[in-house]
Amino acid sequence: MKIKVAIVTSLNSLRRNPMRALLTTLGIVIGIASVITMMEIGQGSSEAIKKVISGMGANSIIIFPESSMSFGVRYGAGGVKTLTPDDCKAIIKECPSVRNAAPLVYARGQVVYGSKNWSPSSIMGSNPGFLDVRDWENMSEGECFTDRDVMNANRVCVIGRTVAKELFENECPVDKEIRILNVPFKVVGVLSPKGANMMGMDQDDIIIAPWTTVKYRVSGSGQNLINQAATTSAAASTVNSTSSIYPNTAVKFYPDQSTVQIANYMMYTRFANISQIFAAAKSSEEVDSAIREITQLLRQRHHLKDGAPNDFTIRNLNEILNTLTKTTKLVTNLLLCIAMVSLLVGGVGIMNIMLVCVSERTREIGIRMAVGARQRDILRQFLTEAVILCLAGGIIGIIIGHGGSMILAGILGWPMSASPEAITLAFAVSAGVGIAFGYYPAWKASKLDPIEALRYE
Amino acid sequence: MSNTLIDLKDIYKTYHMGDIDVPVLKGISMSIKQGEFVALMGSSGSGKSTLMNILGCLDRPSSGKYYLDGEEISSLSNDGRAEIRNLKLGFVFQSFNLLPRVSAFENIIMPLAYARCHVSTKEALAKGIQLLNQFGLTERSRHEPSRLSGGQQQRVAIARSLVCDPQILFADEPTGNLDSKTGIEVLDLFKRLNREKGITILMVTHDIEVAMHAQRIIHIKDGLIDGTYAGAEKK
Repeated sequence: MKIKVAIVTSLNSLRRNPMRALLTTLGIVIGIASVITMMEIGQGSSEAIKKVISGMGANSIIIFPESSMSFGVRYGAGGVKTLTPDDCKAIIKECPSVRNAAPLVYARGQVVYGSKNWSPSSIMGSNPGFLDVRDWENMSEGECFTDRDVMNANRVCVIGRTVAKELFENECPVDKEIRILNVPFKVVGVLSPKGANMMGMDQDDIIIAPWTTVKYRVSGSGQNLINQAATTSAAASTVNSTSSIYPNTAVKFYPDQSTVQIANYMMYTRFANISQIFAAAKSSEEVDSAIREITQLLRQRHHLKDGAPNDFTIRNLNEILNTLTKTTKLVTNLLLCIAMVSLLVGGVGIMNIMLVCVSERTREIGIRMAVGARQRDILRQFLTEAVILCLAGGIIGIIIGHGGSMILAGILGWPMSASPEAITLAFAVSAGVGIAFGYYPAWKASKLDPIEALRYE
Repeated sequence: MSNTLIDLKDIYKTYHMGDIDVPVLKGISMSIKQGEFVALMGSSGSGKSTLMNILGCLDRPSSGKYYLDGEEISSLSNDGRAEIRNLKLGFVFQSFNLLPRVSAFENIIMPLAYARCHVSTKEALAKGIQLLNQFGLTERSRHEPSRLSGGQQQRVAIARSLVCDPQILFADEPTGNLDSKTGIEVLDLFKRLNREKGITILMVTHDIEVAMHAQRIIHIKDGLIDGTYAGAEKK
């Protein structure tokens, strides 16, 4: 008996009782539909997470100075500034896996425009390459400052959407002058909105200016982040009485260093040091090699001996990306397991109905055997019927599941993405369920004795 | 012996009902020649249906040899016997045994689906149409069995049994569910097939009037052949 004939025969016998066939497949339909929905929504969320992280700067590598230590006291990350703008330039030039890198310095303080003022969560000094590193090149208004602005320490800046809203409301900020910590800056551009980052921090609450300007023209930036123990000794402010109640300098824990001590435990002072270097690898696969190259280069540039610890730390967002992808995968798999249970239940339903079918059609089986059907012909016929039921259920399930996830995506705004793997898997699973649960009834049918079957009423 | 089609040698059949053995056939030997029209008679419980099942390759004898067309059949596997049933034998039942809710035409060509020899769809259709014409069922080809009269159903069943060009036709009480007029029609059909196509026919019946249509009547009683008589039909 050819497969084609078996399929036609099975379709004919299924057509005889369409309602029952429909109800039988319902279990499979629900199972497959839930598998598809789970997988599409799961995949959608993990892609959304990836997008959020790549929005933070895909393939980003952040280089921090290592913590410093003097006299056994450690000052935490960024305690010393061992990174220089030249390091940044060298990274761009000498690390083939790095696409771009930008130096970063930070400032904090009040920003004033007209009668409004605001304190942005970050005031950054960098160069135009920063926007490339962060995948943020699209400006919603104006343009970014240029490398020439960086070289001349021009007082220009670009502002984020939130800052623009707080200071300018509906005005156009471009070419307006704002004051950052009392230093006037001309706004040359407004960044496109980026939204919150993973931690919920508003990434649009930002001002970016040339790092030279931030470092040398904005008062108070840079210096107060430098190793306090090294700097506080010089500053003496006992001018008025309030300062003794509210001291504006750090308390001295240690006696001042003598010249000899300073000579012995010399703190390297770099005149143009920066807080961070923000680099981007060419692709996420190249992040690891980029980190290796940067480590090698910086150790060489900082004259670190073999065995000496790094005076910088390198972090990448890939770690976070991996963690989050793993988490969503875990959740998706969990949901998939639940969906699999419903598939199993559906399969048992199919087996049940097929068993009923076999005993109902005992006489038909007898007739077929009498005219020459072999056992394997009967087996094949009932197996084909079960597989057709399951595949039909699978197809309906795929349609319903895909529709369902699109509706969910539409109504609840959940991210979803069509997944061909899920559809292939659902197909394979429904055929598998058909074979697994259709085999027993089909086997039972094929083992019937033709005489008994013909006599069956 | 060249034209002997069926040769039974000392066939026994015993059913086991729990611990008790129930002997049904107790040593039957007989032969049927090619082209014969034989009636198998006996009261109910005489073992004629069991003999029929063995002859029709639906069942296996407990002991004894069954030669069909010179081939030993009783030792064949289930699949082997299925093939014999498909290619060499045709069945006509008392209760017609047509597939319900399947058109007359599809019922007729159904055995071709199981044919070992390759039958193309086109050939199957041609064969079906030819048989429909032969039995005057052309107008009924799309009808399901439930919408056919008893005589029409039996004609469909006969057409189905002939679709694989069998050598022997087994008819189990073919007139049992028919009124006497259509019964006679069916018997006339058998006689015509026997005469014109040379098909060997073995008919089981308990009705002497029906049996008289055959050329030879074999009477069975308590699992043994009781006697053989000549029927009304001339050889």
